[in-house]
Amino acid sequence: MMDHAPILMIVVPVFASLALTLIGPMGHRAAYGLLILSVAGSLAAAMATLVQVVWTGQAVHYRMGDWVPPMGIELVIDHLSAGVLVMISGCALLTAIYSMHTARQDNPDRLNHYYALFALLVAGLMGMTATGDVFNLYVLLEISALSSYGLLARGKGRAYYATFRYLMMGTIGASFYLLGVGYLYIMTGSLNMADLAEILKRPELGASVNVRIGFTLIILGVWIKMALFPLHAWMPNAYSRAGTTTACLIAPLMTKVSVYVMLRIMFTVFSVDYVFQQIAWSRLVIYLASAAAVLGMITALSQRDLRKMLTYIIVAEIGYLTGGAWLANTAGYTGAVYHILADGLMTLCLFMAVGAIIYRTGVSTSAAMEGIFQRMPVTAGVFLIAAASVVGIPPTCGFFSKWYLLQGAVQAGEWVFVAALIIAGLVAATLFFRLLERAFFGRLDDPVMATGSEEPHTGARTIRLNEAPLTMLLPLVFTGAALLGLGIYTNEVVRYLIRWSVPAGM
Amino acid sequence: MDDLFYFIISKYNYWAAIVLLFIGLFGIIVRNNLMKKIIGMVIFQTAILLFIVSIGVKRGATVPILKFSLDKQPLLDATAYANPLPHVLILTAIVVGVAVLGVALALLQKIQRVHGTIEEDEILEDMRK
Repeated sequence: MMDHAPILMIVVPVFASLALTLIGPMGHRAAYGLLILSVAGSLAAAMATLVQVVWTGQAVHYRMGDWVPPMGIELVIDHLSAGVLVMISGCALLTAIYSMHTARQDNPDRLNHYYALFALLVAGLMGMTATGDVFNLYVLLEISALSSYGLLARGKGRAYYATFRYLMMGTIGASFYLLGVGYLYIMTGSLNMADLAEILKRPELGASVNVRIGFTLIILGVWIKMALFPLHAWMPNAYSRAGTTTACLIAPLMTKVSVYVMLRIMFTVFSVDYVFQQIAWSRLVIYLASAAAVLGMITALSQRDLRKMLTYIIVAEIGYLTGGAWLANTAGYTGAVYHILADGLMTLCLFMAVGAIIYRTGVSTSAAMEGIFQRMPVTAGVFLIAAASVVGIPPTCGFFSKWYLLQGAVQAGEWVFVAALIIAGLVAATLFFRLLERAFFGRLDDPVMATGSEEPHTGARTIRLNEAPLTMLLPLVFTGAALLGLGIYTNEVVRYLIRWSVPAGM
Repeated sequence: MDDLFYFIISKYNYWAAIVLLFIGLFGIIVRNNLMKKIIGMVIFQTAILLFIVSIGVKRGATVPILKFSLDKQPLLDATAYANPLPHVLILTAIVVGVAVLGVALALLQKIQRVHGTIEEDEILEDMRK
């Protein structure tokens, strides 16, 4: 059982997805239970693998069908992927529990099909993270992309056009990735990541233009997928028009897994030397990342719709992650990897809190925040923690990732990135303080709130406690606690996970 | 001039793929009709598939099925076989492409029902209302 944990964490959601499409007439409860069971199984397998990796200090290799690599496909779970896998399945489990009321509200009919796509997306993301084969990664990338199109298109009216644009961009991104893999295959004749890395060490390939074009195409494809600044146009509409559960699932995970894929390509398939010596444009990426961080946050500031604001925050966070990865030093890399975990939780927490507020008020603009501290104290408290984490206030994990990123930027002498990090942090502080001010001192007789609340608004100053349902509150509180916990145990996470995955030559 | 001609003709499969790639991109970026955008997307994908499948071609090679003589010796040298891997990969990629096309067409149908049109500018105008 333990030997097969790497494949079980992918296969369990796949089979659950098949079962969920067939479960139809058995009703909501059965579908909900089955989804939670399968994702929990996935999480258990990921946890077991994480413990094994940390305990032995070695990567777990799993041969599919016992074919010997590089001929067969191989799953490789090292310190980096083990952490990301636990993050993915953990976030998915929390979202699955959270989905009880919102998913049924957003999908009055055929909830089981919605949950089937949910499970399939989890399987695709887990597979992308665990695989050790570049072509297998392409297939899993498309599996997760296809299921996310299906999930996003379950939103209302305008979601269709937004999803269509996402589909176009996503397909172009994946095609670029495939073309890049084709270039690498022509030059090396291999698709296994470890084998590719070995072959690419040869000096004649290091100087080859074809390999450089292959690398550029793959990175370009991944950038489209992760919505790096000039290529982000598809994301805000697609994510903000989706249903609440969909946004909670896709927003934290899709982009973070794409960042993980970028790290894999940069440092496992290629090497630090190759990326920063042979690739002429690698020095420009920092400027792109800085622009993403600053412009993403500023655009977020100008949004009235709460979820659209959050998606622009993701654009900015992608800037942090990309910058950290391309700083070419240990501190920057540590910051980027730590921020994948931290930002996954942060984004999940924000989307869950906002989802709960929208669920109770029925309003999706920032007016929904009026007086939230009186009406939904727990949700508002967790929102405060998540906001502190995005701004970067200790002891939340957002502070520590920014600390590493800043340290890396200073060491590398990239002052533009230092400035971008500080400016983006200040803009984020402005943004959240403005929201929290309304949340604390909001006028409850605001006409928007009177029509938005469930019961007719009587007296001028009646404050009603109207907290979110328990199935939403529990995952929310847990995520908030995890933000603090990850912050407090930063040293352990860095020492036992991230230090091990720092690529050679950095 | 001869050199240039030789350069183009000797790599004609790459040139065909590049031309198709740009026809596809042109369709996606320039066309206003969403159906034409989908067609552009499919051409774009197909160009990449053709590019990868064409690298598996080998002149005078046979199908990659091992043949043994009576005393269990391989009859042919490894170089006499065509490389099957690009074809297998592209088979998978074709399936992925068909799935993407299916989802895109389903979405297009929904867009038509919501907005009453599949022209992009009219949809944007409809959304501004």
